[in-house]
Amino acid sequence: MTELPEYRRPWWDRWAEILGEPRRRWRALDDRQRYQVGIVLRVILLGVVVYIAWPLALLVLVLFLAQYAKPYIPDEYAWARRMLVPTIVLIVAVTYPFYVESLPVMQLFGAFPDVNTAVIMGVYVIMAIGLNIVVGYAGLLDLGYVAFYAMGAYACAWFASVQFSGQHIKFGAVGVGGSTPGIHISIWVLLLIAAILTALIGIVIGLPTLRLRGDYLAIVTLGFGEILPQVANNGDSLGGFNLTNGPNGITPIDSPGFFGISFQEGSGSFFTGPRLYFWFVLILVIITVFSSLRLRDSRLGRAWIAIREDETAAAAMGVPLMRTKTWAYATGAFFGGIAGAYFASFKSSTFPNDFSFNISAFILSMVILGGMGNVWGVIFGAAFLAYLNQEGLANIGHKLNQTFGTHLDVPLYQYGIYGAIIVIVMLVRPEGLIPSARRQAEFREGVADTPLYDTQA
Amino acid sequence: MSSENGNLLVAEKVRKEFGGLVATDDVDFTIPRGAVVSLIGPNGAGKTTFFNMLTGVYRPTAGRIVFDGEDVTGKPPHAITERGIGRTFQNIRLFQNMTALENVLVGMHARLKGGIVGSIIRTPRIRREEEHAHDTCRELLVYCGLRRKDHEIARNLSYGDQRRLEVARALATQPKLLLLDEPTAGMNPQETAEFTSFVQELRTGRGLTVLMIEHDMRVVMNISDRVTVLDYGEKIAEGTPQEVQKDARVIEAYLGKQALEGQTE
Repeated sequence: MTELPEYRRPWWDRWAEILGEPRRRWRALDDRQRYQVGIVLRVILLGVVVYIAWPLALLVLVLFLAQYAKPYIPDEYAWARRMLVPTIVLIVAVTYPFYVESLPVMQLFGAFPDVNTAVIMGVYVIMAIGLNIVVGYAGLLDLGYVAFYAMGAYACAWFASVQFSGQHIKFGAVGVGGSTPGIHISIWVLLLIAAILTALIGIVIGLPTLRLRGDYLAIVTLGFGEILPQVANNGDSLGGFNLTNGPNGITPIDSPGFFGISFQEGSGSFFTGPRLYFWFVLILVIITVFSSLRLRDSRLGRAWIAIREDETAAAAMGVPLMRTKTWAYATGAFFGGIAGAYFASFKSSTFPNDFSFNISAFILSMVILGGMGNVWGVIFGAAFLAYLNQEGLANIGHKLNQTFGTHLDVPLYQYGIYGAIIVIVMLVRPEGLIPSARRQAEFREGVADTPLYDTQA
Repeated sequence: MSSENGNLLVAEKVRKEFGGLVATDDVDFTIPRGAVVSLIGPNGAGKTTFFNMLTGVYRPTAGRIVFDGEDVTGKPPHAITERGIGRTFQNIRLFQNMTALENVLVGMHARLKGGIVGSIIRTPRIRREEEHAHDTCRELLVYCGLRRKDHEIARNLSYGDQRRLEVARALATQPKLLLLDEPTAGMNPQETAEFTSFVQELRTGRGLTVLMIEHDMRVVMNISDRVTVLDYGEKIAEGTPQEVQKDARVIEAYLGKQALEGQTE
């Protein structure tokens, strides 16, 4: 018998083991111990949150109390039972611009995000929920989601700027002078147009690619995610026609508005521009969450989950694979398009450089961090990472430099930091911070989706 | 409607090759309306391959499959399910992390109409449709012996219940023809007996036509109107259970040449 070569552990193996240790210990516990450890961990977590930002802890506490109060609401007010928690969250969110400046400064993280940052967080939440439909519900790994975002942004830019200066079309645009050239359509209409256009692009991309499974699909979507920004970058002379204005991007873009009030300028000290943008992004987020939840519990949502679990069995039960997957793609793209269009209007510009692969990975990280398949988890993941990206890392860096007298530019390492967060989440809690029960089971027990092995060929 | 002389399914010279391997070799096959037909044969005889061609998982290399007067050769699985062929799998393929009720609801997919916008707004029509679907599926669960298991996650069900759930899910597609791939595999004698009478009930109570692959000869001989035997992808015998039992080629395929010689001596 020949000796097998001795297996040599790579040097990092030990570190991987140490990082994975908490999870292994956790799995070794029985249910009662898990419950106890869980309580202790939650108390510690709450303590940390109280230390960092007590207003946040207060909110969490109020929500918990509301949750426990629910069973005591009499049956004739069943609607109140359902609406209690959403109402609290809604009130806290809507009034945010009024009290944000009087909130205490957080430990480590610095000030609470200002209203402009909150708008960007909202936009990312919409995108993450859209991607969650594709990745979390239907289980199709999409590494090119940024293409949809770009599509939405450019659709908005085309129809609400001076880009096509040969045209003189106006439709309900606010704050645009009568003699301004170009197409100017109301942003409200454009949001829908951009979303539908993006959904169509989703279908066009989806039809040839969705026949692929798993890794192959991921690679092709990655390709498409690279193609669209390249088109935007080189689209300043498509046979002599300037479609995208190339690397210079399209700017300025009209801002939304109503009753003659442009969101850019706002009106008075109450309806300031950022506040208007913030309230409207809240409405968009609510619509997105609502649609996403309704879809999950519908015929289509069940079919998506069935495809994720076992494609072959789903097909045998009468679920048309291509059509159902394409719907998932189109729906995800729809929300990506809305988010892109709103963001473009908010920034009043769109450049090809805004749509690098990093953004796709960033949005995917939000979904993974929060918990694939669960809308609430995804909202948390998106809001948290978007905040870190926008303000948090800079604040943390500032704080570190102050404390230790260093001169680190922390935001410079942002993608390294997000990468590290994802690696740690994958080792310690691969199902994400707030997973759906079903996804959690899948991560723990695996899925049965192997391509037909019951053939006797 | 009773085209093709009262046959629900007609397969003509169906052939499937995997590379150089001929899995089913020009098999002719018919299923009369309302009959229980069994497909038997040693391991690797091509039974499941044949099944997969009937349900559209594989496209036949050659030949024609006519179901209910319509050519369904090479149609995708969902289209075939829509036309009325429901199936179970040899190794259970439930949606493991969905509840029993959700599994059955997925089976109803082709019979519901809810579109994307309607589902978001939840129009009265969709609401009614969903309620009706839930009721139908709950009844199906009870019918298949899964009372009060609605909200059980499929993976947590016992083996026998998982088999039952597969049948319930297949019935939810509202099939005319039900294909069962080794339905009694792994069942104990009592469960097998229960299952046998359940298949009888499907036929008499629901008017279903059943085609099954089965290894348990007692089940096959008990409930089949007709038995087809495959060996190395070829049909070697067909007829009533009694006829097939006596067929020399069948005995040879199952027990080898020597057994046959021993018997005739």
